[in-house]
Amino acid sequence: MTIIDITPGPAAEIVRADTVWSKIRHHATSHPLGVIGAVIMLVFVCAAIFADLITSYSPTLTNSAISLLPPGHGHVLGADPMGRDIFSRIVYGARISLAVGIGSTVLGSVFGVVLGLASGYIGGWVDLIIQRIVDILQAVPLLVLALVMAASLGPALDNTIVAIAIPLIPYTARVIRSNTLALREQPFVEAARAVGMSEFRIAVRHVLPNTLAPLIVIATAQLGAAILTEASLSFLGLGVPEPHPSWGRMLSESAAEYVRVAPWLVIFPGLAISLAVFGTNLFGDALRDILDPRLRD
Amino acid sequence: MGSYLVRRFFLMLLTLFGISVLVFVMLRLVPGNIADILFDAAGMIDVSEKGKLEHELGLDKPIVVQYLNWIGGLAHGDLGYSYVSEKPALDEIAPRIPITAKLAGLALAFSVLFGVPLGVISAVRQNTPLDYILRVVSLSGLSMPSFWLGLLILMAFVAYSGTLPIYTDPPIGFWETVWLYSVPAAAVGFRSSALVMRLTRSSMLEVLRQDYIRTARAKGASDRNVNYHHALRNALLPVVTVIGIEAAFLMGGLIVTETVFNIPGVARFLVEAIRWRDYPIVQNLVMFIAVVAVSVNFLIDLLYAVLDPRIRYAS
Repeated sequence: MTIIDITPGPAAEIVRADTVWSKIRHHATSHPLGVIGAVIMLVFVCAAIFADLITSYSPTLTNSAISLLPPGHGHVLGADPMGRDIFSRIVYGARISLAVGIGSTVLGSVFGVVLGLASGYIGGWVDLIIQRIVDILQAVPLLVLALVMAASLGPALDNTIVAIAIPLIPYTARVIRSNTLALREQPFVEAARAVGMSEFRIAVRHVLPNTLAPLIVIATAQLGAAILTEASLSFLGLGVPEPHPSWGRMLSESAAEYVRVAPWLVIFPGLAISLAVFGTNLFGDALRDILDPRLRD
Repeated sequence: MGSYLVRRFFLMLLTLFGISVLVFVMLRLVPGNIADILFDAAGMIDVSEKGKLEHELGLDKPIVVQYLNWIGGLAHGDLGYSYVSEKPALDEIAPRIPITAKLAGLALAFSVLFGVPLGVISAVRQNTPLDYILRVVSLSGLSMPSFWLGLLILMAFVAYSGTLPIYTDPPIGFWETVWLYSVPAAAVGFRSSALVMRLTRSSMLEVLRQDYIRTARAKGASDRNVNYHHALRNALLPVVTVIGIEAAFLMGGLIVTETVFNIPGVARFLVEAIRWRDYPIVQNLVMFIAVVAVSVNFLIDLLYAVLDPRIRYAS
């Protein structure tokens, strides 16, 4: 008679060792660039949250005595033509950049998920109509659409968020739709239907959570794009209005005049934008490799 | 294939129709029309004068009538008149197109010339220091706003020659044009080249994993032969798509770069027209951009079928 060993053995220990922290540690060591990205993002988030503690000058306080003051002299990064402290404006600018970046990404993702899920799960004429809307929104370059939206909504912080969110919708909708189409045919969906679950409940409780990984991946990528678009809109004077210290606005057209006399006005805000987006991109790349290797471009 | 093309063509028209409605309605949501702006600028307050102006410009008609007038005009090649210059919109837009087209062409050439070879090198030397450097450089290319890169280039100009390049006079001769436009084109093209590089790299890596590559190596083909003959040819397919999409979407980079370098092309003109609420210019320009983008996509689909015999469009 053969004896079958059914004790769980070391497998149980492996499961216990596989905690959230060990997973993070494992991914962090295999994606060092992603860690750098996360650190950069964290720095900007901290700058945004603790802006009042980090800076000693108000970002909006003008002082004609120090107009165009070069870096140093008590103002680390110098002052702008109106005598406002550049360092303070950059630190407070992180709030605007993150607010617009995160705000428009979340807004765009919510609409994108709803449209993508409805399109992929319901199919038929709903799919047909939603796909035409997606086509329309995707046919115009992001910045052009955002420009027209921003102009028609008027210059304000919340309008800028909406103006950038709308052009982001089609990309999320496309990804969620294709994922939903694949998930719809899975046995677990059939099982849920067999036990009498409503279609809405299946879509929200079973299909939606399974699209989370690609959603996180695409949202991180869009965060960088949203920050860049805000900078471009504000640079063109159609984004976040004064007196908000927006990085893009700090570089607005007059910057071309200051290239000659006050290069620090040009260098530092641009560096802030590039670094913030660079961190997001590094982190996003690592996240994509970990969560959804199929999306690797 | 034939019926697929017909279907695809009608969907394209439907998309363009949708864009025209969207842009038209969006522009009319703006609080305050051109009459308000002109009145504010001139300091006039007489309401009847303003009404007269609105009537002259057709702004008092129902929005549907305004839309139909616009589309009807488009069909006859009549784009209406610019509110600001009072010249025909076509005469305002047409001369600016070649300037932007040259810039876009050079930027695209830049992105392909740098992006594809560097992507191949990065893939072939995967996980070497060179690969890491190239990946970080390309990622920073995607992170830098192109208007900032433009400003940095201007700064280098000032430091080197003490002057800024001026784009108001049309350059004479082919080489002068290339030289003058290559600077802003590089500012726009850097981003696209980073994108093309990343895609070429991952596409190459994907292909290099295939069985037929192993077969080629097993047969004793040289590394060079395998990489460039067997792999690159297949890896370039998705790259072609992205280059096409980039060609249409370069517009975003062109808008800010033309503004930085003060180049009188259509992209900068769009921003000016938006600021002035010059509806006829804005709606026609956005339509023009959309037509270019949608047709490029259509052509890419066709090209794809030609380049990859495995692709057959089912109707």
